[in-house]
Amino acid sequence: MKQITVLSGKGGTGKTTITASFAVLAKNAVVADCDVDAPDLHMLLHPKIVKTQEFKGSKLATIDESKCVKCGLCREKCRFDAITENFSVDSFSCEGCGVCTIVCPTNAITLTERISGHAYISKTRNRFMAHAMLSPGEANSGKLVTLVRQNAKVLTEKEDSDLIMIDGPPGIGCPVIASVTGVDVGLVVTEPTMSGIHDLKRALQLLKHFNVSPFVCVNMYNVNRDNTRKILGFCRERGIEVAGRIPFNPKVTEAMVNGKTIIEYLPESDVAKEIANMWKKICSFF
Amino acid sequence: MIVSIASGKGGTGKTSVAVNMALSIRNVQLLDCDVEEPNAHLLLHPKISRIEPVYVPVPFVNEKLCDHCGKCSKFCQYNAIFVSPEKVLIFPELCHSCGGCTLVCPKKAITEDKHKIGTLKLASADDLGLVYGELEVGEPMAVPVIKEVKKHIDNSRNVILDSPPGTSCPVIETVKGSDFCILVTEPTPFGLHDLKIAVQVLEYMKIPLGVVVNRAGIGDKKVYEYCEDKDVPVLLEIPYQRRIAELYSTGVPFSSEMPEWREKFQTLFDEARRLVGK
Repeated sequence: MKQITVLSGKGGTGKTTITASFAVLAKNAVVADCDVDAPDLHMLLHPKIVKTQEFKGSKLATIDESKCVKCGLCREKCRFDAITENFSVDSFSCEGCGVCTIVCPTNAITLTERISGHAYISKTRNRFMAHAMLSPGEANSGKLVTLVRQNAKVLTEKEDSDLIMIDGPPGIGCPVIASVTGVDVGLVVTEPTMSGIHDLKRALQLLKHFNVSPFVCVNMYNVNRDNTRKILGFCRERGIEVAGRIPFNPKVTEAMVNGKTIIEYLPESDVAKEIANMWKKICSFF
Repeated sequence: MIVSIASGKGGTGKTSVAVNMALSIRNVQLLDCDVEEPNAHLLLHPKISRIEPVYVPVPFVNEKLCDHCGKCSKFCQYNAIFVSPEKVLIFPELCHSCGGCTLVCPKKAITEDKHKIGTLKLASADDLGLVYGELEVGEPMAVPVIKEVKKHIDNSRNVILDSPPGTSCPVIETVKGSDFCILVTEPTPFGLHDLKIAVQVLEYMKIPLGVVVNRAGIGDKKVYEYCEDKDVPVLLEIPYQRRIAELYSTGVPFSSEMPEWREKFQTLFDEARRLVGK
């Protein structure tokens, strides 16, 4: 089984547009949306949920008021400033470490499991999809990403598939690390802007750190051709293959408004053709 | 007054709004809290005055004192310590630095060591103060670096916080304590979907908010319908213009080349202040 993650560093470069198109082009792939705090892939692939799982990713301290003597030890030892002046727990700050439970002299504090989101297994027209939704403001998105990837793995075995296509979150932190560890290929989607270049370099460093083979895609390459040349030069120097250069085309947004991938919406467009080309190149790597 | 700029969806123009607004008002400090991918400095080209490492405490086990009882490993909620009869393994990337292991160890064999997870940079561009952090590549936890950036908030100035995308812990850490939050979105289905999630988070945190619609003219009208329905004020629209996109791509804040926008960003800030009542 092979796994490919589409990532970007910088947000909004076109990860989801490209992953969804790949999902349509790949004959037999399981799709995993690992952007669990702002998942968008379902708006193009329209999955029907088959199974929902509660995600218990972390714990929360709970203070039993009847036992609390307000000594303040918990507040003193908590490194996350999660115990308020009037001895309640600030759920946004609590990381569920349990230090308060062991320092409390009256055993007034316990850790309770919190439901931090849901994971879903779904069916789209011709494939299965694993996705999730982190409850707004919750932590531990990395763990939820791991759960989505496990679900995707089970699906590939059941469905006799040999490929998992992962839509990654922006950034380079914990959910991104959870999305790239152990995959075969990371496709970094960038744009020819100063930020795009800066973030591309960090995303490529991340792939190197985790021994993932990199590919690069320059989206909206004609918005700034000088910067596109810089990206191409940078990649050439390091022996990184640029799998595709996608032109800016307002039809991509139009396709999104219509809930379709550009491959389905305008298969003959320059964008659709370039994405198909890029898919071929990546497949030949496997 | 502290105003944070957030979005839900990535790439909607948070940094652009934060930088252009910062350049349009006086006595201002900009804190780039997107420590995974900080970009504000790429538009501001600031002079860096100080660079500091960001450390977090992680456990260090004195093997001479350790009797491998395993209590630390059992206590750790993050699986950052593994104890076998022969060995203790520490995984610093998993550690949340709660210090619990040092408290539960009956032999007092655990102390704490410094582990570098990022860099803090203090800089300025003319009168504008810029503070930003950079998470080390391969380190998962952005929150401690964001906390370090926010320690430099100067309350005597107008403070603008540039948030990372999404709605999970790094975003919460950034917007916590803000007087107002500006959500930057684009009028597309993805923009709307992620805007709704971000609004939920801010409502839960009781932070007043307004919306800036970037790339107005593309997509559809549903973002506006949603804002009207929810009574969320649309504070500014930035049209999709090739010139704005090109300026951004070369690292130039568009209000510097299109001065008519300065007044609009000033009004945006004044409007935020009016809505907060400061």
